[in-house]
Amino acid sequence: MSSTSAQSKRPLSPHLSIYKPIPTMVMSIMHRITGCALYAGTLLVAWWLIAAATGEAYFNWVNGFFASWFGILVMFGYTWALVLHMLGGLRHFVWDTGSLMSKQTSTKLAYASMVASIVITVLIWIVGYSVT
Amino acid sequence: MAELTLPKNSTMSEGKTWPKPEGAKNIREFRIYRWSPDDDANPTIDTYHVDMDDCGPMVLDGLLYIKNKIDPTLTLRRSCREGICGSCAMNIDGTNTLACTKGMDEVNGTVKVYPLPHLPVVKDLVPDLTNFYAQHRSIEPWLKTTTPAPEKEWKQSHEDRQKLDGLYECILCACCSTSCPSYWWNGDRYLGPAVLLQAYRWLIDSRDESTGERLDDLEDPFRLYRCHTIMNCAQACPKGLNPAKAIAEVKKMMVERRV
Repeated sequence: MSSTSAQSKRPLSPHLSIYKPIPTMVMSIMHRITGCALYAGTLLVAWWLIAAATGEAYFNWVNGFFASWFGILVMFGYTWALVLHMLGGLRHFVWDTGSLMSKQTSTKLAYASMVASIVITVLIWIVGYSVT
Repeated sequence: MAELTLPKNSTMSEGKTWPKPEGAKNIREFRIYRWSPDDDANPTIDTYHVDMDDCGPMVLDGLLYIKNKIDPTLTLRRSCREGICGSCAMNIDGTNTLACTKGMDEVNGTVKVYPLPHLPVVKDLVPDLTNFYAQHRSIEPWLKTTTPAPEKEWKQSHEDRQKLDGLYECILCACCSTSCPSYWWNGDRYLGPAVLLQAYRWLIDSRDESTGERLDDLEDPFRLYRCHTIMNCAQACPKGLNPAKAIAEVKKMMVERRV
């Protein structure tokens, strides 16, 4: 588009800062954020495996880190990010078939995946603790 | 790349608070985006008060009350006042919609009005839709045929005609496209929900004979595939259409023609 002086000084109308958060939009943003967080989570897994290959002392130290309150917090967040991103992936998989896309249904799906992600994460941790 | 904040010349500040109408008992507050090309000032948010006992029920009635009785410089597009022309599309109460079909009773508290998001502003509530219209032109929204034209009209079965329901009603108001974050960040290359819904409208028209070429034109990482199913479009559409669904159908056609 050509840009005359009258056009180039035109302001850009406000967008993100004034738009009402919509459940499906919020879940889309969360899907992005958790997707990025999973890169960091994968690095933690790699760190743990490298520690296992390095030697017993280092492995114990890394395990100790993961067992600390901070480590548990990070692991819990990682679990949640993984579950939420997986549910988001499933939602997109269904949407790719053109199903469940109405205004109302897609909003319900957005709420459902948020609730389900928390429930599943807590369940995983309850199962995890009861096994060990 | 997504530019999450506004450029320097676009940030808004508190504007003028206009006097309340005298003797009015039932007052509604409006906060409206103002920008004029006549000075070098940044946009402001002006505050107005509408006498609800002297005003129709729709947001457009409120805006015209302000323009007629308080501040004639307030600039907006409007025409049909019944949701068929698409002129008065704007951001009301945080959502894109038509001012003429949005009731003031649907809004809680102050009525906040901005132009359609992430567009260059011509003045006040009037955005520049040049790019939007150019994109619509680019999908060639007309019947394209190779067989010789029939003597009378191109005929279509009732079933084929029904495939256009939920698509032909689009009034190109741009509410959906300008509600879409993907369109905000990549509007120069992504066609956006309104134009893609129109593209689908011609793709599934049984009379059109250019489906392959149309799909070829859309097969592009940006033009079509910047849709991430955020669904803001379906939430915003004042005609109750579902552009996200239409885009999903186009994506399916892309796959189906390969298998």
